[in-house]
Amino acid sequence: MEHESKPILEVADLCVSYGKVEALHHANLMVGAGQIVTVIGPNGAGKTTMLGAIMGLLPRSRGHIRFLGEPQPEIEVERMVAKGMGLVPESRALFGSMTVADNLLMGAFMRHRLGHRDHPETMERVFQIFPRLRERREQQAGTLSGGERQMLAVGRALMAKPKLLLLDEPSLGLAPLIVKEIFRVIADLKQAGVAILLIEQNARAALQVADYGYVLETGEVVLEGPAGQLADDPKVIESYLGLGGAARAASSRSQPVAS
Amino acid sequence: MQRAILALFLVLLGIAPLVLSEFHVTLLNYIGLSALVALGLVLLTGVGGLTSFGQAAFVGLGAYASAYLTTATDLPGWLAWAGGSPWVGLAAGLLLTAVVAWLLGSFTLRLSGHYLPLGTIAWGISLYFLFGNLSFLGGHTGISGIPPLELFGLELKSGRAFYYVIWVMLLAAVWITRNLLDSREGRAIRALKGGTVMAEAMGVDTARSKIIIFLIAALFAALSGWLYAHMQRFVNPTPFGLHIGIEYLFMAVVGGAANVWGALIGAGLITILKQWLQDLLPKIFGASGNFEVIVFGIMMILVLQRARDGLWPILARLVPEARRSSRAVPQGQALPKKAMPQAGADILEVRNVFKCFGGLVANNDMSLTVRAGEVMALIGPNGAGKSTMFNCISGVDLVSEGEICFLGERIDHLTARAIAHRGMSRTFQHVRLLPAMSVLENVAIGTHLRGDKGVIPAMLHMERTEEQRLLAEAARQIERVGLKASMFEQAGSLALGQQRTLEIARALAADPCLLLLDEPAAGLRYMEKQALTELLRRLKAEGMGILLVEHDMDFVMGLADRVVVMEFGEKIAEGLPEEVQSNPAVLEAYLGGVE
Amino acid sequence: MDLQIALLLAQDGITNGAIYALLALALVLVFAVTRVIFIPQGEFVALGALTLASLQVGKTPGTLWLLLGAGVAVALVDLAQALQRGGRRRIPRIIAWNLIYPALVAAAIFLLKPTEMAMPLQIILTLALVVPLGPMIYRLAFQPLAEAPVLVLLIVAVAVHLALVGLGLLFFGAEGSRTPAFSDASFNLGGIVINGQTLWVVGSSITLIAILYLFFERTFYGKALRATAINRTGARLMGISTVMAGKLSFLLAALIGALSGVLIAPITTIYYDTGFLVGLKGFVGAIVGGLASYPVAAAGAILVGLLESYSSFWASAFKEVIVFTLIIPVLVWRSLTTHHVEEEE
Repeated sequence: MEHESKPILEVADLCVSYGKVEALHHANLMVGAGQIVTVIGPNGAGKTTMLGAIMGLLPRSRGHIRFLGEPQPEIEVERMVAKGMGLVPESRALFGSMTVADNLLMGAFMRHRLGHRDHPETMERVFQIFPRLRERREQQAGTLSGGERQMLAVGRALMAKPKLLLLDEPSLGLAPLIVKEIFRVIADLKQAGVAILLIEQNARAALQVADYGYVLETGEVVLEGPAGQLADDPKVIESYLGLGGAARAASSRSQPVAS
Repeated sequence: MQRAILALFLVLLGIAPLVLSEFHVTLLNYIGLSALVALGLVLLTGVGGLTSFGQAAFVGLGAYASAYLTTATDLPGWLAWAGGSPWVGLAAGLLLTAVVAWLLGSFTLRLSGHYLPLGTIAWGISLYFLFGNLSFLGGHTGISGIPPLELFGLELKSGRAFYYVIWVMLLAAVWITRNLLDSREGRAIRALKGGTVMAEAMGVDTARSKIIIFLIAALFAALSGWLYAHMQRFVNPTPFGLHIGIEYLFMAVVGGAANVWGALIGAGLITILKQWLQDLLPKIFGASGNFEVIVFGIMMILVLQRARDGLWPILARLVPEARRSSRAVPQGQALPKKAMPQAGADILEVRNVFKCFGGLVANNDMSLTVRAGEVMALIGPNGAGKSTMFNCISGVDLVSEGEICFLGERIDHLTARAIAHRGMSRTFQHVRLLPAMSVLENVAIGTHLRGDKGVIPAMLHMERTEEQRLLAEAARQIERVGLKASMFEQAGSLALGQQRTLEIARALAADPCLLLLDEPAAGLRYMEKQALTELLRRLKAEGMGILLVEHDMDFVMGLADRVVVMEFGEKIAEGLPEEVQSNPAVLEAYLGGVE
Repeated sequence: MDLQIALLLAQDGITNGAIYALLALALVLVFAVTRVIFIPQGEFVALGALTLASLQVGKTPGTLWLLLGAGVAVALVDLAQALQRGGRRRIPRIIAWNLIYPALVAAAIFLLKPTEMAMPLQIILTLALVVPLGPMIYRLAFQPLAEAPVLVLLIVAVAVHLALVGLGLLFFGAEGSRTPAFSDASFNLGGIVINGQTLWVVGSSITLIAILYLFFERTFYGKALRATAINRTGARLMGISTVMAGKLSFLLAALIGALSGVLIAPITTIYYDTGFLVGLKGFVGAIVGGLASYPVAAAGAILVGLLESYSSFWASAFKEVIVFTLIIPVLVWRSLTTHHVEEEE
């Protein structure tokens, strides 16, 4: 187990239902301090639902969540943000008719409310990570390209100086060059001590940056393990890393990638 | 059990005027009149998801039309023939209301949710002031001396006599409303609540369905107004103001807007409460005024916070429901089927299609063809533009540029409904069904275009043969996709994978020659995927063309005849499954890492 | 109609239009942030005007009882929730705002002899009394339904309107009130007499609009409200709570409403139910702006004021009919210009 570091997030027996349909069954998951943990799985497996329930956007029907070692009996988004959890949703959820700078400023809303007035410095740091955002700072967020939007969404989340960042499909619909850029930033954030729970369809890329991984299928965790092991698991290779038989061959060609 | 309660209720209604005091009979008359208006709102709000605060104005139209025609001594020459008879007054009131409602409806119903209720508030006020300011309608004093109704030579002057007229008409209205809801047109109306995209894709003319329920609601209101005018034999603008219109809506919501009986319960409760509070509150407050609105307002807020579906569902739970298993699978003669195109013929051709959303190019120069009797798979990473392609083909979205031909005809300018009519049917990536309706009824929406009986036969249940055939067809498709065991379950209680399968049955019920399936295998377990593969192979053998978006590669590669691969809105590869699997560009798209 | 009359009517129309514009802005704000179509907006106009009138003639305004009662109700609901969900730290705040604050307002009214106050102080007292009702109503009626469909929120808004009109009748009776003008000055401008109150109304409206603009463009909380209006989920993820945004927008709406009431009370007699029609005219303006655009809504509202003023000259009995029938062509126009696409949830 690579789980020796102190856990920052512990999820036990988490269930979520939409009406009569249960979308997540008894999920268990752990993120250690400073770790990147990824959850992979097909569309509709319940990955986004899991993030929503951890963040407090969705009500859970049962289960326990501990964040920073404290149990969280009542999960409200506002409270989780105040405690240092940040979510970048798949939709990005930007404020389209506000400027890039104002979007970033809103990222610091909770810190501002709690009395911290350090947003100019934080914004400077975000601009260092994403220089493109500095160029576009007075532009409306709605006019940005897909890659810039994703940078802004991540940058906005960083304005809250989160201890744990939940990323939902950060590479979705982005060109390979930008995907690379995003994953570089994810790796850098880990260096800076931010723990990350990453949901990705691009399983290969995700398992490369992650320390630990979970496979979610039809609402259940069916497989977990250190990312390197998962990347070599035949079932994972077949289901998520390639196109059936041909991919098996292809993936054995590109085997060193996983190491 | 339910029948026994209904029979008891009817018997009690029948003997009520024989045993109750004049005061209580009058109260029941008012309840009946209000229930008629609230019944229209059940159809409009509870079933159709539209709302009107202005129904009192329609009541006023019905009342004033007849009041004027039966009392005016100086009717203009062209109208003179219509004077005197309440029955002509009724016809005139209904006609006038239909015209006004049709005009108002055709303006406001096209807009999204909240404009309609705002519009109804405006015309509710407008018509009220109009009644009060037109001198030929007697201004604020109103019109008196309205003749009583005459039936078989009997003048209905007493409240007791009038009671039967009101309640027979109300029960008739309940009957035709229930009949309507339990029919092909009724399913189309009930589908409105699930949004228009799915209904239109199944061939339902949603604009028409909206106008129909709006007209019916207005006509029920006008009928109530006509009864009121000839019962009171006096009208003035007061009972047709906006606040009374609001009260009608409250009746429907408090009683339970999703059920016809909710209208009766709500009307009864609010009418009795109003009577009681109008006596009580002025005594408490030591001043006169309509203080009951304070109680109604607060009560309404609490009902919507605590029991949004109103009282009816709470009462209905007290009565045991008929057992599910006792329901018979509908039987009926098979519906005629369209001839399938010749196997191997191109049925769908997409040529150089572009689709832009603002600056985002979701489809960039996409071309593909689907032949009869083949499975074409469209694959690619999330966000590659596959669902956009589906929406363009099925008419949910309009293409920005390029052509789409279906069975040799340009369809890129057609509506989803028109395309469905030509034999294309689809499922949705995000399941779109009516969770509170049964699996059978959901699938029966798919048969919409295969029936042609309209609203009037449905109201009188004169379309039962056709209805049986449609339901039987739906049942056959449910059996075919393997959901027979859940036929009478609520669709919302199925697992997600089964809901997707339900959508396939619904699409098949439309008798398509081209089937568009958006991720049909997502959420299915291994055995279910096997069954789905079997089903799609059979359909293919029957000559159907299938266009498929799917992520499960084993499923796709085992089934597809040809594959098109998309990335960033563009086609990056096309060919036989084996070819595509070894195509370097595809491997890069799927395997591209970050090294 | 000669030019003289036309200009007088225009002056009337613009004065009323300025008030409608303020209300239209409040309606757009509340709808954008909370999705509530705030039908009771007009009730705050009446409550503001009638409260001021009561204070000036030395009567205890009935709205005080409403403030005290609503405060107790909010305190009970909030305390119950705080105890259930372990938010004990919030208890002092809950008590301060919902019990102590209304008690202080009551003390001010009973001890400070409002009849002898200068008018600006009377107005401040009026606002102190009426404005907190906005967030309290949000807490009681709308907060439990924050995720409900627009239609349900609209029906609740209508129910709140109904309750407030009934309470208005109970508190202030059926007779109307009129307050003295802020100034008796009048100016002669090229043969047209412009009276002081008109300038007050127009001037205050412009000032208030400017302040709102600065609030939304320059302050953290103003931007947070805009953010909520643009993307509710995004705003929640920033820690901007829906409850806070809702209460803040209701506070602004109540402030705008009460202030509008104070401004027009010297011009027209205000009855307990006057607010409704006034508010709805603001609505017609807001709908012109599609419930989304502030400047178009304000322009639409001024147009409504002018239309009303001229139609009262030509056909005074049909004034309301004309104004409210105007909404139909407006809706037609909107239906032709809006392309409603059902959003994927």
